[in-house]
Order: sequence, then structure tokens, then C-alpha cells
Amino acid sequence: MLILKKFLRDVPAVLGFGIIVALCLIALLSPLIISDLERIYDGDLAARLQPPSLEFWFGTDSLGRDVFARVIVGSRGALQVALSVVALAIGIGVPAGLYAGYTNGWGSQLVMRLTDVFLAVPQLILALSVAQLIGRGLGSAMAALALTYWPFFCRTVYGEVRRLRNALFIEAQQCLGASTPRILFVHVLPNVASAVIVRATIGMGFTIMTTAVLGFLGVGATPPNPDWGLAVAEGRDYLPQSWWTVAFPGLGIFITVLGFNLFGDGLRDLVDPRLRRSR
Amino acid sequence: MARFVLHRLVLTIPALFGLLVLTFIMLRVVPNDPSAALAGENATPEQIAEVRRAYGFDQPLWKQFVIYVGQVGTGNLGNSIISNRPVLRDIADRLPATMELTFVSLLFATVVGIPIGAIAAVWYQSLFDHAVRVLTVAGLAIASFWFAIILQMIFAMELDWLPLRGRFPEGLAPPYHLTGLYFVDSLLTLRFDLFGRAAEYILMPAFTLSLAGLASIARFTRAGVLETLQKEFVHYAEAAGYRRLRIIWVYVLRNSVVGATTQIGLLFGGLISSAVAVEAIFDWPGVGSYAVNAILSSDYKAVLAITLVVGLIYALVNIMVDVVHAWLDPRVAEKL
Repeated sequence: MLILKKFLRDVPAVLGFGIIVALCLIALLSPLIISDLERIYDGDLAARLQPPSLEFWFGTDSLGRDVFARVIVGSRGALQVALSVVALAIGIGVPAGLYAGYTNGWGSQLVMRLTDVFLAVPQLILALSVAQLIGRGLGSAMAALALTYWPFFCRTVYGEVRRLRNALFIEAQQCLGASTPRILFVHVLPNVASAVIVRATIGMGFTIMTTAVLGFLGVGATPPNPDWGLAVAEGRDYLPQSWWTVAFPGLGIFITVLGFNLFGDGLRDLVDPRLRRSR
Repeated sequence: MARFVLHRLVLTIPALFGLLVLTFIMLRVVPNDPSAALAGENATPEQIAEVRRAYGFDQPLWKQFVIYVGQVGTGNLGNSIISNRPVLRDIADRLPATMELTFVSLLFATVVGIPIGAIAAVWYQSLFDHAVRVLTVAGLAIASFWFAIILQMIFAMELDWLPLRGRFPEGLAPPYHLTGLYFVDSLLTLRFDLFGRAAEYILMPAFTLSLAGLASIARFTRAGVLETLQKEFVHYAEAAGYRRLRIIWVYVLRNSVVGATTQIGLLFGGLISSAVAVEAIFDWPGVGSYAVNAILSSDYKAVLAITLVVGLIYALVNIMVDVVHAWLDPRVAEKL
């Protein structure tokens, strides 16, 4: 397939894709890699703050827990949270964007003004105030992130639908008597899907990063969750001697976000060369 | 141009109004019955009703909203639970610190990012170009809080070259308070020694904060210059015999930085978000660390006030960026 060939030529994108696949495999196969999942919660205090060794590849943290195992399980959490948040944001944003883009009138205006409101504040600040409203914890962090991210999907879909609204094939469907929902879901949505997928991929990376920040600040994941951001916060007190408690979770964040960003950029270059940011 | 600015201002007002509504909803939803909480543990129903009337909670919701807007307009955003001072006062005290940090970061990101991007584009496919491309991608993937901690570990703990935290040495008096910005104040009072100390302290936080922006700006500048270099008028200038450097400086750059400029608006939002974590790590006495403390102690009035203030600043910055964009590319202003 031509598009596959084109994709394969973009080395960073392939690298990103590889990272994502590796990450998914690790997350899915973690029960096989780590013999006993419960080990990440029980620490052997006699073995606390051990440097990386053959037994503990990434060393141990302040409670004697295996950092390698925690980083692996943390990847599961990160992916789960990111998928849920992005799915929720798509669930809200795409229908809203379809509606706003296709119709005229005050309903459409209302939706777009609503996106303006949610975009008026930087995302982390909004996430903080929502998290504080619902109570601190991973669930509220996820809800807050979904609430801050849906406007991006809404806007993307809105732009695409506006573009397509006057297309000839849509007009033809209208002439044939197709109902509006049918037009939207059968004809418009597939054409909008590629933009949504690109946005979703980049959104995954962004969500993982923001979840880590919230976890670090103590607003997201709570102990003993092996969330990467939380792990960095917990390990911070033991620097600079026990650098491995901070370095490896942070590397986890870095590689994951990098993978999604690279892949998302590659997808964007494939889907719409007009949107290309760089060669 | 004036029409354009006015147009942009008018567009922003509904969004800010919506933000007021949003914060009002959050204000009224959090304490389910604020009068019961205010009246105390053992209050009788009559006392609770009394408090309700005194604070106006018995008024219809829309009336309460009008009162709320009036309060916001006059600057009364409530008192902080921790400091017991007006929240707006707390924020105003801390704003210069954050503004200084954000501004220095943005300055660094721009002053370093644009040349790096431009040179990478001019030396297309060179080693430098590849290095820049790696940097731009990596810079956006590194968690700023993690990077901050690593920097702290290397430069403050291990090498002891830079101070670990804070904005100014303890025990040393900061420059005389003219603007609240230590750099400006120290220069205005001709205390260059204090300028140096302030620079020491701002170095790591500003560098951390600037990383994502630097990556983004470099990337967009590179793309812009690459695109402009393909244009016909550049070929014409080359054929006419102009020196390469002149072509780039006079013709290419002006047309290339438009993309980067619009990024700066988005960047600002990202800077504010990152500033929250970075300030908390470096103990920088700004709005970001205030927000972290507020949310950890459930000081909901402070958090909402910060949301409003940041929203307002963000809106203003976006308008300014659009104005600059219109100045750089007048075609934008005409498309009204």
C-alpha cells in the first residue's frame, strides 16, 4: 500500500509507532514480566534505596519496592488513564463539533462559545480547579483532563465539518432526502475521522504528561499507585544519592510522550500535508 | 488596525463572561450549603437561616450571580483560608515573581529558539539540523518537573554551582520595590550586585520553563524559513546577486516568524501551566506555588481566583499576540 510505504519513509514516525507498540506490549504482558504483581506494593524495608543491580534493575525506592516493576506497572496506569480521558473527550467533543459545524444558529454559536470558555484558561489551571471541586484523586484528575481536552476535538471537528458542509457530495445526499443524522454519521464523520485520530494521538501524549504533573503535585494519583509523576515526587526527598528513584520514572514519561508525539506528527504529515509543521 | 483590536476585544468578552459563570458554579457547588458551614458545627436552624440571609444565599441564583460579578468587578474575590488576607492581595503580591520568571523564560526561548530554527533551516539536512530536530521533539516530551529536579540535582546538589531554591538569598534584602521585578528594580537602583544574585537564582527555573517553548519556537521557525526559502522572491534575490546573509536577514526572516509568533500565544498558556510545577519545585514565590498550596489545603476561593486572574491574563496575551500577528502580516487584519 502506497500510504504504508510513505509512512515507513518517515523515520521518526516509525520510531514513535515502535515505542507505542512496545509500550502496549509491556503494559499488556506485565503479569508475565513481573512474576508477582503484588510485589510493587510490598516493600522490603531491609532493601530500601538499593542502587541498580542485577537483582533490582532500576534499584529500590524508599520503601524497598522494586523501581523497575513499579515503572512497568506505571505504564499500564498511564495508558489506561490516557485512553479513558481521550475517549471521554472524543465522546463529548466530536458530537458537539459535528453539531456546531453542521448547523447554523444559536445552538452552534453556544457550543463554540462554550469551547472558548474552557479554552480561556490554561489546561492545568482548569484541571486544578476542577480536581479541587470534585476532590483530589485519580478519578477527578481524569474527569478534569477530559473536560479540558474536549474543546480541542470540538474545534478540530468543527473546522473540518465547516469545510465539508458545502461539498457537492453532501448536497447530493441532502437532495436524495438523507436525514441529518445519517449525513453526519455516515458521510461526514468518516471524512473527519483522520483529523480526530491525529488529534487523539497527540492528546494521548499530552494527557500522560499532564497526569504525571498532577500526580507529582499530589492532586492526581495517590499512594501506593505506581504513577510515574507520584513516583518522582516520592523519590525527590532522597536525592542526590538515590537518583534512580527519580530518573527512571521520569524516563518512562519521556519515552512514552516522545513516542506519541512522534507518531502523531507522522500521522499528521500523512493525513494532511497542509498541516505539516516541519519536514 | 484599531478595528481589528476592537474586534478581538469584543470576541473575548463572552469567553470571560462564561468563565465567570463557570467559577460561580464552582463556588456555589463546593460547599453544599455554605451557610451551614459558616454558621458552625452546632448552629440551630434559626442561626443557619440568619447566616443565609446575611450572606445573601437566600436570594435567587441569578441575583447571587449579579452580586458575584459585582464583587469580582470591584476586586473582592474573598479571603484566603490560609493567610486570611484578600485573595487578590495575595495574588497581586506574588504576580511580579511569576511575571518575571515567565518573561525571562519566554525571552530566552525566543532569543535562542528563532536563530536555532533559522540556522537549522538554512543548513538543511546538516548535522546541526538533525540535532535541532531531535531537540525540538525531545524538548516537548521532557516533563518539566522532572527536568527541574534533574537540574537541581546536578547543578545545586552535586556541583554546587547554583542555588537550590528560592528567588533571592535568604537574609539579603531584595532591590528596592519599584516594580516587584528584581531585574528591573536592581537596574533602576543601580545595584548591579543584586542583579547578579537575582540572575543566579532565576537561571535554573527559567531554563526549565523555557525548554518546551524553545523547542516549539525553533521548530516553527525552521518550518517557516524552509518554506520561505522556496519562494520565488528569494530565488529572484539570489539571482540578482544579493549576499546570502542579507537575503536571510532582510527578506526571509520577516516572513518566517509569523508561525512562531502565533505559537507564542499558545506557549504562554503552557508556560503558566508549567510554572505551577516549576515554582513548586524551586520554591519560587509566585502565583504557581501559591496555586499548589491553595489546592493542597483546599483553599477553594484562592484556586478560583487564580483561575479567573490567569484566564484574564491569558486572554489579554492572546489579544496581544493577534495584534502582533496582524502587524507582521497585515492580511490577517483585513479578513474581518
